[in-house]
Amino acid sequence: MDWIKKNLFSSPLNSALTILFVGLLVWLVPPAVNWLFIKAVWGPQPIEACDAVRGQGACWAVVWEKFRVMVFGVYPYAEQWRPTLAMIILIGMIGVSTLRQFWRPALGLAWIAAIVVVFWLMGGGFGLTPIRTEQWGGLPVTLILSVFGIAFGFPVGILFALGRRSKLPIVKAISVVYIEVVRGVPLITVLFMASVMFALFLPEQLRIDNLIRAQVAIILFVGAYLAEAIRGGLQAVPKGQTEAAEALGLPYWKMMGLVILPQALRISIPPIVNSFIALFKDTSLVLIIAIYDFSYAVKKSVETDFAWKKYFVEAFLFSIVVYWIFCFTMSRYSQKLERDLSRGRNRVDAH
Amino acid sequence: MLANEKTRGIFWQIVLVLAVVATGWYLVTNTQANLAARNISVGFDFLQREAGFEIGESLIAYSATSSYSRAFLVGLTNTLFVAALGIILATLIGVIVGIMRLSDNWLVSKVAAWYVEIMRNIPLLLQLLVWYGLVTELLPPVRQSIQFGEFAFLNQRGLRIAWPEPSMALDMAGWALLIGILLLWFWRRHAHKVQVETGRQLPVFWPGVGLILGLPILAWLLGGAPMGMDVPKLQGFNFSGGKLLSPEFSALLIGLSTYTAAFIAEVVRAGILSVDRGQTEASMALGLSPAQRLRLVTLPQALRVIIPPMTSQYLNLTKNSSLGVAIGYPELVAVANTTMNQTGQAIEAIAITMAVYLVISLVISIGMNWYNERVKLVER
Repeated sequence: MDWIKKNLFSSPLNSALTILFVGLLVWLVPPAVNWLFIKAVWGPQPIEACDAVRGQGACWAVVWEKFRVMVFGVYPYAEQWRPTLAMIILIGMIGVSTLRQFWRPALGLAWIAAIVVVFWLMGGGFGLTPIRTEQWGGLPVTLILSVFGIAFGFPVGILFALGRRSKLPIVKAISVVYIEVVRGVPLITVLFMASVMFALFLPEQLRIDNLIRAQVAIILFVGAYLAEAIRGGLQAVPKGQTEAAEALGLPYWKMMGLVILPQALRISIPPIVNSFIALFKDTSLVLIIAIYDFSYAVKKSVETDFAWKKYFVEAFLFSIVVYWIFCFTMSRYSQKLERDLSRGRNRVDAH
Repeated sequence: MLANEKTRGIFWQIVLVLAVVATGWYLVTNTQANLAARNISVGFDFLQREAGFEIGESLIAYSATSSYSRAFLVGLTNTLFVAALGIILATLIGVIVGIMRLSDNWLVSKVAAWYVEIMRNIPLLLQLLVWYGLVTELLPPVRQSIQFGEFAFLNQRGLRIAWPEPSMALDMAGWALLIGILLLWFWRRHAHKVQVETGRQLPVFWPGVGLILGLPILAWLLGGAPMGMDVPKLQGFNFSGGKLLSPEFSALLIGLSTYTAAFIAEVVRAGILSVDRGQTEASMALGLSPAQRLRLVTLPQALRVIIPPMTSQYLNLTKNSSLGVAIGYPELVAVANTTMNQTGQAIEAIAITMAVYLVISLVISIGMNWYNERVKLVER
């Protein structure tokens, strides 16, 4: 009772607000719950079951009907254990990377190994049936685009972050122009550039397929954002560290690799995680240049089926829930990490 | 020679420049060869040619016989229009949600917190597709429009509302509003000066209402108070007359503003939290009312923290308006895309688009920096 009085009815204004919001929730929530859960059609049911409750209950049967197409796109049905395994590896690696006791150089090697295995599983060769990238699709593609985007964007980001802080004027100018131009334009224009212009840039004989072009564009795009995240970390490293390293006679790359970057990267981990969340959402933009990522697979799966087409809202809601679970988990992790890391720093300062 | 740090720096920079030039030259020659093979001429001459495609909605005069440059201009105005309205709406929603999150009321702050967590963790593109799907699929067809009197009709093709017929009196009212805002600005400056010099407070609120509302109404009455309205009428299969809010535009505007509002709410919350509690306590001790406390003490200090991240949210919203291409809103990227497909002038079309976005980004940054400069803390 005390809690209710203190938190909901502490003043006339608060009481009015509480009543207003309770009214709003009573008005909105029961119909929503009714549509989403109670009257909804669950499980692998025929479309007639959905048509019977159309307008009153959601048709989750569409998710069962289209599940394989939504998750794997046009990947050959018999081989779909391969993308499943690839996804498990990628998600597992992300999970392991969130644990701080694993933050050591071996993790980088594990990532390289994981990327190679994922490529092999998806693309085939060496005993597996080759599957061309045109046939890759669905959730594995979304994961690959975002994970590879960060993984390969990382060295790009380090180079441009160092370049932007360099004392050499030309290096600095090139880095600044690159970072600011990329950050000033929308991702979709960069993706258009990848899908239309890359073909013009390269000689006639060298043809790269769509997915890899989009991946390269994403890497170059996210590289500029990572550069800014890393630059923030570099700026936070005390100047004394540079001076001490110079006094020891370390050459530039050794100074950066052994002294400055390890400290700077630690500080920039939270913004890097945030870039990853943003990128994970942004990979859905490849839908516009017709690459079969998760959102395009979901969209296509209902659009191309005349009977199920009317249940597109349920299909989209399914994909929204999947994206949301990924992003929400990661953003919670990022907040926790930020708190933990800053607590560690504050304690050191206090002593 | 390479042992000297200075010469080494120059050496590596020369190497870098050579590498950049070589890569650029390689790409350019490839492009030239490819373009020659496809019979595409380089250059911006195509901008003068007739575009030949219709654009669904436009704020300026445009038809299929207009030139490509005109089409790009239509795209640009559409982008700016939806971005400007989106920024206003997102700021409104964002500030309300941000303040709600800080409320002592448990229910209010939880509702706001869940709004933020739900909206910002779903890709904007999917939100847009859902909004667009809802607008076009769930609303009734034209002949069964939802009617609001004789003045507004809501159906699959959007919301059509009655609009005042253009008249001399309305133009005058528009100018009067502009003059009113200008006068109010001068009056506020004068009132502030008087307060600083003499301590006397001049009224600002009521003169403000008079200038902003009264002046235009007066002008409208002087112009003869015309009441003519352009009312939508059902003709054949569609409505004509009135103003149309298309489903594409509505979905994009709703999607952009509700999504960005979640980020703005966090910015606002962080900004208000950054103001030291002692400031609030001090102003209470001075006997300021809660409204004065917010306006004179908390807000000016919170703004310093809020403005830089707010700028980047405005920029994000403007860049995100390019997602309109996915739901068929004819903004800049959509026009560029159509142009590329028709003419094959991909390089030019993308270059124009990117340049325009860069200029927009630059202008917004400069504007916000100027404003930031003004609200910055003046250190002693």
